[in-house]
Parts: sequence; C-alpha cells; structure tokens
Amino acid sequence: MKHIEAVIRPFKLDEVKEKLASIGIKGMTVEEVRGFGRQRGHTEIYRGAEYTVDFVSKVKIELVVEDAMAPALVAAIREAAYTGEVGDGKIFIMDMGDAVRIRTGETGGNAI
Amino acid sequence: MLQSGDTAFVLVSAALVLLMIPGLALFYGGMVRKKNVLGTIMQSFILISLVTFEWVYLGYSLSFGPDVKGLIGSLAWAGLSGVGATPNPDYAGTVPHLAFAMFQCMFAAITPALITGAVAERLRFGPFLVFSLAWTILVYNPVCHWVWGNGGWLKEMGVLDFAGGIVVHLTCGAAALAAVLAAGPRKDHGRHQIVPHNLPMTLLGTGLLWFGWFGFNAGSALAADGVAAGAFAATHLGGMAGMAVWCLVEWRHRGKPTTLGAASGAVAGLATITPGAGFVSPGWAIGIGMLAGLVCYGAVLVKARLRFDDSLDVVGIHGVGGVLGTLLVGVAASKLVNPAGADGLAFGNPGQLGLQALAVVVVGVFAFVVSWLLLVAIRAVMGLRLAPQAETIGLDLSEHTEAAYGE
Repeated sequence: MKHIEAVIRPFKLDEVKEKLASIGIKGMTVEEVRGFGRQRGHTEIYRGAEYTVDFVSKVKIELVVEDAMAPALVAAIREAAYTGEVGDGKIFIMDMGDAVRIRTGETGGNAI
Repeated sequence: MLQSGDTAFVLVSAALVLLMIPGLALFYGGMVRKKNVLGTIMQSFILISLVTFEWVYLGYSLSFGPDVKGLIGSLAWAGLSGVGATPNPDYAGTVPHLAFAMFQCMFAAITPALITGAVAERLRFGPFLVFSLAWTILVYNPVCHWVWGNGGWLKEMGVLDFAGGIVVHLTCGAAALAAVLAAGPRKDHGRHQIVPHNLPMTLLGTGLLWFGWFGFNAGSALAADGVAAGAFAATHLGGMAGMAVWCLVEWRHRGKPTTLGAASGAVAGLATITPGAGFVSPGWAIGIGMLAGLVCYGAVLVKARLRFDDSLDVVGIHGVGGVLGTLLVGVAASKLVNPAGADGLAFGNPGQLGLQALAVVVVGVFAFVVSWLLLVAIRAVMGLRLAPQAETIGLDLSEHTEAAYGE
C-alpha cells in the first residue's frame, strides 16, 4: 500500500476531487494548511504598516491506495492541480504498513 | 413651525437609516466566500463617504431642489446653500430643513450599496466607485426628484411611494440586473460550489437592517405622529410575515427551513412593505409581507433556473419586492389610514393601480437602461472585473491587501 500526500492550491481542490473520483478513488482526507516553498508569500497592509505573509494557504489531501494504483493516482493529481505557475504544490509518496477499518476490523487492502 | 418631538424623531430616524449600511455590509459579507468578505463590506461602507459628498454638493439639490420641468431639481441648493434650521414646508414643516436633507442623504447612500450584492466577488474597487457616483447622479437623483421632489412629474400625477419602493428598491433592482448582465458571472459560477462563509454574520446584518428599517419607513412620515406609528407597525408586520412565509414555503419545498431563508424572507417582506408602509392598514401589511415571502422565494428559484449570477439575489428580493410592493400600494392604500395618501383598488379607486404600474414601468426601464449604458461605458474605458488571478485570490488581498481572519 502507498500513502500519498499532495499539497495543492486551494481552488484546485474541486478539480482534483472530481478527477480522482473519475479514476475510481473512493475516499480522501483533506486539510487546510499553510506553508512555503518556492512560491513567494504576499504583503498585507494594516493602518499603513506592511506585513509580509510568508506562509501561503494550501490544501493537503491524503489518500491510501494499493501499490498498483499509485502511478495513476499521482498522474491524475498532477493533471488536475496543474496551472504551470510556481506554487502548484507537491506530491509525496510513502510506503504504508497496514490499515484497519474501525467498524469491521478488516485490514490491508480491504480496509481502504 | 419647529416641533421638538418631530425633530428628535427625524434625527434619530436618520441615524437608524445610517445603521442599515453596516447592517447591509454584514448581511452581504456573510454570504460571500471568506476571501471576499472585506471587499464586500467595503463596497457598502465606503458609499457613506462617496454618496454623502455627492449629496452635499450636488445630489440633495438635484433631488429636492427647486423643480425644473418636473424632471430634476435645480442647483440652487448645491452645497446645502440655504438649507439650515428653518423648516421647508414643502417637505417637512416641523423639522429643520437640514434634518430632512440628512435623513434623505442616508437613503441615497444605501441604494447603490444594495446593487453591489448582485455583482459581489468580482468588481474592481475603482470602477465600482466610478459607477456608484455616476449612478447616484444619473439614476438616483432624477428618480428621487420625479417621485419625492416638489414638482416631480410622477409625484404630480399622484404616484405613491411612502419610503422608497420605487426610489430605492426598484432602482437598485433594475441596476442590479443591468450589472449582472454587463459584468458577467463569476469565474467559479456553475463550475464550483460557492457557499456563504459566515451565516451568523448575515443574520446579525439582517437584524440591524430590520432595526434600521423602522427609521427608514416610520421616519418617512417626517413627524412623530399617527402615520409614523402606522408605518412602524406595517414595517414590522411586513418583515415578520415575509420571514414566516419564506420559511414555510422552503420547509415544504426543500424539506427544511433555513436561517438564510429566514433572513431573505425578512428582507423581502421589509422591502416590499416599504412603498406602502404609511398608506396601508396592519391587516394589509401582513398580507403584503406574506405575498413578498412567496413571490421573492419564487423569483430566486427562477434566477437559478436562468443561470444568472445575481450573486446575493438583489433582483429577486429588492427588484421583485420593490415592484410587488409598489403595485400593491395601488391595491391596498386607504385614505382612512393616511388622508394624505389615496385610495387603492380595494377601496374603489382602480386608477391608483394604473398609476403605480406606470411608475414601475417608467422607472424600471429608465434605471435599467441608464445603468446598462453607464456600465458598458465604464467597462470600455477602464474595465469592471478583477483579473482572473485576482478573482481567485479574492477581493480582500487583491484590492485591499488585507485578510479578514488573521492568526
């Protein structure tokens, strides 16, 4: 099993979700996060004083899939989250030990 | 002859109407996405400054100044020249002329603010200011003169508009329709879900609007008298009936009553009772409010069917409410309620309904056409819309370099 984390632009979430649904992904976890990479932050001004906001709002999605599914999943996220500008985000792929469905106690591939 | 009671009442009413502007800002602000809440609030708030400037130097005189051929006021009172403590018996014989001018100033300021809801989340601040200023001069001031100005042609014909069904709600509704067509839909409209970010804020705004509406309508009696009490009662009854019916219809139609439905129904009822507030009995006020809840609910559904991006339903609630309320004055007005008014259809005078319908058509077409031409001209010269990327980032950061919700 693979654990896949993708940090993407918030407004791309709907497109990514729809794309993943179309290739048969049945669930994901989503979180609002902030961070920085190569994309610069922005300036905010309050009563004339300038503040640099280094951390940019992003959305992190997490999924666990069977090994064979991982390449298609990564390709789908790339396609749907792409704008071509700096700041499109990153995808992290990790090996996953096991998974358990709380309701039934199923493990491994049956649990995801 | 100055009367202290009337003067105190009109001054307090003016302050109540002012409070409707931040109320409207919160009402709208809660309905947009959180990246646009400050920009949306600002589009209402800043009009206090912009329109008040215009009102002092130009607008009051154009609207209420000495009549020129029934169409517009002259510039004799520009800069509030001669507008002071002495009452003007043409408008309000017992309160200082200046109190009347300030009371009316608040109406002028909130009307263009109402339009902004139709094109929320996509206008640049500069073009929005240019439009609001030009619109106040070219649409609000003339229509205000026609309906309320001494010698205005619709007023002379006998058209009734107690507190702004025509002058405020119909003009802003027609302009909102023009703005939706001229500006086009938001990028995400129909492609992504766009849901309100803070409904408690919208409900708070609704409460402030309702509170301020007592000044708007009862204050339009311009005296602390029986007509004011009648308008106060009608306002409350119209609002409560609109809220109740919207909720009931929604409950029946969608399975659950919603808080945004309650807010929308209240505002629909309040807007619809506005032109008749001082002319109709309490029983009719309840009927008018109930009809508003039903008809405006339907209008909002039709909008969705037509795929118009009237983002916060200005046409469906204020435009339709203004038209409905103005026509119903022609049915329900009674000289028993207000001897200075007229009898409507239900009291043996069908001609009044014809007059009201004429005013709706003339003002509706005038406001729509002038607004459309203005918007198209501004679009050609400076553009109306945010750049696509700025629209994605949101008004708050792209137009105001701020974020509403910090750490």
